[in-house]
Amino acid sequence: MRYTIPLLVLGVLLAFFAVGLRHDPRILPSPLIGKAAPAFSLPALEFPQPEATATPPLKGNADFLGKPLLVNFFASWCAGCQIEHPFLMSLAKAGAVTLVGVDYKDADVDVRQWLGSRGNPYAPVLADLDGRAGIDWGVYGVPETFVISASGQVLHKHVGALTPDAWERDIKPLLAAAP
Amino acid sequence: MIPEIGHYALILALGIAILQTVAPMIGWRRRDARLLASAASAAQAQFFCIAIAYLCLTVSFINTDFSVAYVAQNAHTDLPMIYRISAVWGAHEGSLLLWMLMLSGWTFAVSVFNRRIPAELSALVIAVLGVISVGLLLFLLLTSNPFERLFPVPLQGRDLNPLLQDFGLAIHPPTLYMGYVGFSVAFAFAVAALITGKLDAAWARWTRPWTTTAWMFLTLGITLGSWWAYNELGWGGWWFWDPVENASFMPWLAGTALIHSLAVTEKRGLLKSWTVLLAILTFSLSLLGTFLVRSGVLVSVHAFASDPARGLFILIFMAVVTGSALTLYAWRAPKLASVGELNLFSREGLLLLNNVFLVVACAAILIGTLYPLVLDALNLGKISVGPPYFNAVFLPLMVPLFVLVGFGAVVPWKKGRAGETWNRLKLPALFAVAFAIVVPLALHGRATLLAVTGGLLGSWTIVAASQDVWRRIRAKPSFVAGLASVPRATWGMTLAHMGLGVWALGVAFVISYGYEKDVRLAPKETTEIGDFTFAFIGAQEAKGPNFVAQQGEVTIERPDHRTVQLYPQKRFYPSQRNVMTESAVDATLMRDLYVSLGEGFEDGSWSLRIYVKPMIRLIWLGGVLMFLGGCLAASDRRYRLATAAERKAALDGGAQAA
Repeated sequence: MRYTIPLLVLGVLLAFFAVGLRHDPRILPSPLIGKAAPAFSLPALEFPQPEATATPPLKGNADFLGKPLLVNFFASWCAGCQIEHPFLMSLAKAGAVTLVGVDYKDADVDVRQWLGSRGNPYAPVLADLDGRAGIDWGVYGVPETFVISASGQVLHKHVGALTPDAWERDIKPLLAAAP
Repeated sequence: MIPEIGHYALILALGIAILQTVAPMIGWRRRDARLLASAASAAQAQFFCIAIAYLCLTVSFINTDFSVAYVAQNAHTDLPMIYRISAVWGAHEGSLLLWMLMLSGWTFAVSVFNRRIPAELSALVIAVLGVISVGLLLFLLLTSNPFERLFPVPLQGRDLNPLLQDFGLAIHPPTLYMGYVGFSVAFAFAVAALITGKLDAAWARWTRPWTTTAWMFLTLGITLGSWWAYNELGWGGWWFWDPVENASFMPWLAGTALIHSLAVTEKRGLLKSWTVLLAILTFSLSLLGTFLVRSGVLVSVHAFASDPARGLFILIFMAVVTGSALTLYAWRAPKLASVGELNLFSREGLLLLNNVFLVVACAAILIGTLYPLVLDALNLGKISVGPPYFNAVFLPLMVPLFVLVGFGAVVPWKKGRAGETWNRLKLPALFAVAFAIVVPLALHGRATLLAVTGGLLGSWTIVAASQDVWRRIRAKPSFVAGLASVPRATWGMTLAHMGLGVWALGVAFVISYGYEKDVRLAPKETTEIGDFTFAFIGAQEAKGPNFVAQQGEVTIERPDHRTVQLYPQKRFYPSQRNVMTESAVDATLMRDLYVSLGEGFEDGSWSLRIYVKPMIRLIWLGGVLMFLGGCLAASDRRYRLATAAERKAALDGGAQAA
């Protein structure tokens, strides 16, 4: 009997590994899920660039109520953002959802050039040049994408480049079910 | 063309590996000597195929053939030649091919050095190794083909991860893998013994040199990894209890236990089923290490690209290999009865205690490493287990182990006598106490608990371990004749144990007396740390083959007023847009002065991280001594010379099989 103990221990370990494979240890659950989106008020970049003297209009939570959105934190310096960019373009083209881009810790000139050459999938691009809004939202690194309900609640957070898989699996059902 | 040759060679190797597994098994059932003999030929042919495949991938790297996806991901036209060769194992697919090369290399070695081993046993060992080959080759070909083509062909590759562009890291994975994979031979011997039901002193003697060789490579691999982390990561640390480090340390602990229990099985015919179990566990822990690194189930600094499909494959592979070995163990081990009694105060008794401490330490690390995974799997939350846990459980377990080493060298087999033991150990004990009190005070002016404990255990281990050699020399009329009379195995054991002591001294002193300081210095500013004055001269641009660097210049004035110049760098690799710190170290046996460059500020000042690390070299010197000890022990002549009785037994085995 005691000679079978190693086999039993192995069985238990393997079971845990099998379950562990389905979990991604890098995903850190956001404490914001189920709560109202953090308050923000950020300047919206206008395209093409207006006269230098014009003050960009500020946009806040209230401007986006009434329809579900994806809030996508990105930056011109980030590699993951380049990867997800074509997919965001296709989402925008299909009109699947309103995309709000938050340009995180970036320079105004750089992001204009970046979006200018690749195309702009975002309904508005909000500038969080010093990364302060990012702190309120608990952004670890870009890209990160938040799903916000029509009533302004955070439904989901996606870390890393947004993939068609993640869209189909995690985000689309949420948008369909959201009130 | 060349990549296709490599790919075909791998497919061919898979076919041969299947033959290498099936034919000897049938030969064993039917007692057919020709089928048994085919095992060695298959093993050699398989090695040849894998070597071709490996060579093809290396040539693709040297030619920077970016039509091969793996090359495009890990090379660049600016990459220096030496790193093109080491880039072969710079990522998942290639390192798996290296694993495979080593496995077939070890099997090849078994097939060549098997003359003293009964034909039946050697064929079964090769067949078991063949099973592992089949699994790994399937893994390579189905999920991780390194020869996959890429179209359209990119003009430039993505370059090797700059972290890996360092000589220490270039040779760290191959040595580590030599160790991991080498334990497969001990595993195969254990499974073969379970199949045949024959496990005697001769079996243990055949298994020992293979195990020791694997162990010494693993020791060297871990030592190199620690040295590399120290130089390259810029934190000045040498061990981080990272899951992947633990994954290499667990097989080391189990393998160390195995080496010692094999000695008991050989000399006294005891602990047979325990030794077999340890051999299975050691290799399984090596597989577990591979699984943890490749599957991404744990968060680690060793950010290998992870892929759940690959993780699933390794998991199934592990279940098959370890599961079937343990099933066989549950079925057959009860028959491996040991003869004779075990007296606790004897060498075998002490070795049993050594095994208990090593295995408990290994289990403690396993629990700490897997705990986050288990909690996550049960949806109980995300946590991480850090160095405080590991230090708290591991260090206390090491204390009795060090005490045991000293006794192991003087207590004889079968039955020890207290009086005789005391006579032999009283001088080493006295020396250790004196050393532990005097040296910390003399060198650093204050004694900490850790320094005294470490000094006591380290010096005790070094002096007591040398007792065996010392007694053998004194028994001879002249010193030279005495030196010559000491067998290599004894030298090996003594050196390895001394290495352990040296390691302990290094650990205790570097933790007790190390300084570290983060400072921001403008050019020409100085700061004092310990007895040293560090002056920051300034930083300027420097250019390497495939990077540009900011190179700082730091002048250190030593207490004796001599100066040392250090040039730490912050490198930028444009191909991957990656920034790396390259710390600069002035090393002597007594202390390291370590400077790494942090961030530069607009006024020309820089943040610097400065360490003074007393005796940190001893940590790696200890590892190297253990490695050398392993070399000596594995090459002892009694493993190469068959006794007359064994030769007869081998002949009989062959005759029976025919």
